[in-house]
Amino acid sequence: MQESSVRNIQILYFARVKEKLNYSIEPLSLPESIHTISDLKRLLAQRGESWSEIFSADKQLRAAVNHELVSDEYLIQDKDEVGFFPPVSGG
Amino acid sequence: MIKVDIQTQDFDICTELAWMRQATDNCGAIASFVGLVRGKDASNIVDFIELEHYPVMAEKSITHMAEMAMQRWPLTAVRVIHRVGKLPAGAQIVLVLTASEHRKAAFAACEFVMDYLKAEAPFWKKEILPAGEHWVEAKASDELAKQAWLIE
Repeated sequence: MQESSVRNIQILYFARVKEKLNYSIEPLSLPESIHTISDLKRLLAQRGESWSEIFSADKQLRAAVNHELVSDEYLIQDKDEVGFFPPVSGG
Repeated sequence: MIKVDIQTQDFDICTELAWMRQATDNCGAIASFVGLVRGKDASNIVDFIELEHYPVMAEKSITHMAEMAMQRWPLTAVRVIHRVGKLPAGAQIVLVLTASEHRKAAFAACEFVMDYLKAEAPFWKKEILPAGEHWVEAKASDELAKQAWLIE
């Protein structure tokens, strides 16, 4: 049996994603069924239409954990800071 | 030596060049790049842009790019300033200075840092036009320019 553990994370949203969701930052206590970034995206996509458009339909969406880009397979840890944003356009 | 700043205020290239000359030893060449807000994009008049960034990650990612450049070329210093906030047409956005004993390394490293910055540093531009505002899309050509450095 897998050991259950509390994982409290912080999620940050940027640019187009932030505007569309009308959310910039939120703390979240992860349900036990959520392990990877991919799981988290599936969970967030259930929150409503704009959320679903971002987290299930937008293939361009990027994710970073603790300020490093990560793939959908990344295993989320307690106290991780997860950022979601569109492809960058600075410089 | 690497120095990276993300700031709302403008920068002065002469001040930064002077800093680089005194901060580096045996520097024979400094290459510079300054990115500006274009007043026109395609046929649209652009009044302002708004630049958003991911704090901490932006600094970290640019510092990492500068470190990669220092490993790849014999550089003595890299200086990067990137502005954020609301910037009018014609305003300075980004500065990259690279110092080396000889010019070729400085030129190449300056382009390398800019290509990586455009493709990977977490900044987002929104154009404010007379008719409304919109987010600037990432360009496939920016990703290709970065990838070209992986082949060389």
